[in-house]
Amino acid sequence: MKIHEYQAKELLRGYGVAVPRGRVITEAAEAAAVARELGGRAVVKAQIHAGGRGQGGGVKLAATPEQAAELAGKILGMQLVTHQTGPEGRLVRQVLIEETASIARELYLGIVLDRVAACPVFMASAAGGMEIEEVAAKTPEAILKEAFDPDAGLQPFQARKLAFGLGLPAAALGPAVKIMTSLARAFVALDCTLAEINPLILTADNQVVALDAKINLDDNALYRHPELKALRDLNEEAPLEVEASQYGLNYIKLDGNVACMVNGAGLAMATMDIIQYAGGSPANFLDVGGGASSEQVRHAFQILLKDPAVKAVLINIFGGILRCDTLATGVVEAARAVQLNLPLVIRMEGTNVDQGRKILADSGLKVIVAEGMKDAAEKVVAAAHAATAH
Amino acid sequence: MSILVDRNTRLCVQGITGREGSFHARMCREYGTQVVAGVTPGKGGTTHEGVPVFDTVAQAVEATGANTTVIFVPPPFAADAILEAVAAALPLVVCITEGIPALDMSRAWRTVRTSASRLIGPNCPGIITPGQCKIGIMPGHIHKPGRVGIVSRSGTLTYEAVHQLTQLGIGQSTAIGIGGDPIIGTTHRDAIEMFNRDADTDAIVMIGEIGGTAEEEAAEYIRQHVKKPVVGFIAGQTAPPGRRMGHAGAIISGGKGTAAEKMAAMRAAGIHVCVSPAEMGETLKRYVH
Repeated sequence: MKIHEYQAKELLRGYGVAVPRGRVITEAAEAAAVARELGGRAVVKAQIHAGGRGQGGGVKLAATPEQAAELAGKILGMQLVTHQTGPEGRLVRQVLIEETASIARELYLGIVLDRVAACPVFMASAAGGMEIEEVAAKTPEAILKEAFDPDAGLQPFQARKLAFGLGLPAAALGPAVKIMTSLARAFVALDCTLAEINPLILTADNQVVALDAKINLDDNALYRHPELKALRDLNEEAPLEVEASQYGLNYIKLDGNVACMVNGAGLAMATMDIIQYAGGSPANFLDVGGGASSEQVRHAFQILLKDPAVKAVLINIFGGILRCDTLATGVVEAARAVQLNLPLVIRMEGTNVDQGRKILADSGLKVIVAEGMKDAAEKVVAAAHAATAH
Repeated sequence: MSILVDRNTRLCVQGITGREGSFHARMCREYGTQVVAGVTPGKGGTTHEGVPVFDTVAQAVEATGANTTVIFVPPPFAADAILEAVAAALPLVVCITEGIPALDMSRAWRTVRTSASRLIGPNCPGIITPGQCKIGIMPGHIHKPGRVGIVSRSGTLTYEAVHQLTQLGIGQSTAIGIGGDPIIGTTHRDAIEMFNRDADTDAIVMIGEIGGTAEEEAAEYIRQHVKKPVVGFIAGQTAPPGRRMGHAGAIISGGKGTAAEKMAAMRAAGIHVCVSPAEMGETLKRYVH
């Protein structure tokens, strides 16, 4: 789960990470007062769940409170396009008004879970303010790393090693170690998958401050962090994806016109792949999961059909935990409930497959039955093309 | 022969009285697996569909000689269930549970890694040696005893591969689902090493997906050590970057973990990579006879 910069900063502040003073606003009229509180000058920063906001014109420096109000007015309500939002951009509903800082150096700090070492890894680089992937690609040796045990945490000696490696002045050593160990504690306590400060700045008077903060939370751990769950911003998610998640369905909207419902993430990805190879374009990824009830299958079906771009539907189910008769019952109920009038291709295999096929046959539903994934993909792509041609 | 599980496996089911544990314990028994014990804390001393239930894994092992366990325990308690099984010195621990917090697995792994137990999963369908022993949620009837080893991060995509092979008359020695999480107990490389040493496995199918570098690591091992034919497939060739595609581990992050990179590494290692999931069986058939 993603959260906004201002939320990440608030959380990190609670762990002892130095962050700039600031407040988030939703109305331009509030900007001047906040800027005045901060000393007259301020930075106005669009709050969306995407990086590259500065380059997209979503981060501006205001010299006066009046200018802060003007800039907030421009940025609030803008459709901010960055290299991470896609061409349609994202609507800016909130801006962070923050105190300015004198930047002597920009550094990078980040923590991710290393899959191979199976533990968190703390990364630090003197190349702050840049895309870390670019640094990793061009000058990987510029990224210093320290693996740490989640329970023991990042040890001060490890933080010192990183700080010396970054060439920080002696006066900044203490504050740097504090920020690093604090960030590491936050990463573990909050169950993050990513915690990044980019840039971490060294000010003219040797303060060390997190100028930006990004936190991604482990979805699997949210059950034990209800206060973090509450930080979710539904405006940053596609409406159908939000609806699907309410039913425990894994749905990702894509751009095509062939909807697919599949059980199992690997098979769902492979189904998207084979639709594309058959010359079609998947409208979504949808993993209906292992234990899906008839009701959940119906919800899945209904969500797929809410996407107006969809011209044909493919259900590809290999029943393991999910039984084919449960699926068939759900499909029949759903099709009746929505009065389905789109071509529907079904390919089923596995547990209770014969019962499932019988339920479909007896239902009177107009269903195209496919044998094997290739046949299923070809049939549904043909159906989508035919529907588009009319 | 097969790897890890066979007709001598004595299985304990942690979570046997829960909905999923109960259903699948029954399915495994019907397949022919020796299900000798169940564990549900607080229900020790009872029986569940004829299987004796114990309060702890250690008690179950003592009383029944169980040598393998399968875990059907909800995510908040599953890492603990793994640790309990490892503490009871079970040689093989198969964790089906999806949704375990990543840091819980990070913590558990420190213990598992230096123990005598092999962990498969979590977030996996299990492991089956057709005709002998089924542990997990896979539909047994699609499998056929034979000499092809299968290792996969996916559940249903594994069944797809198995089904294609069985339809072609090609049986499987062991099919092992290693799971879709970022931190798992047995990797592609681990499984392939075992298949490589197994005298009764002649060829290997490896199924991967976007995210991480496990397939590249396996490819390097194969390049150096494996002469048996290996067929590979990577799911998610059309997945958009930055999105978690169902599995917690299936995410292209910072440009890394793409299907294209994996397929290139696999091809460079001499693995026969098939591009369409419908052709896994046919591709293997070409290289086995």
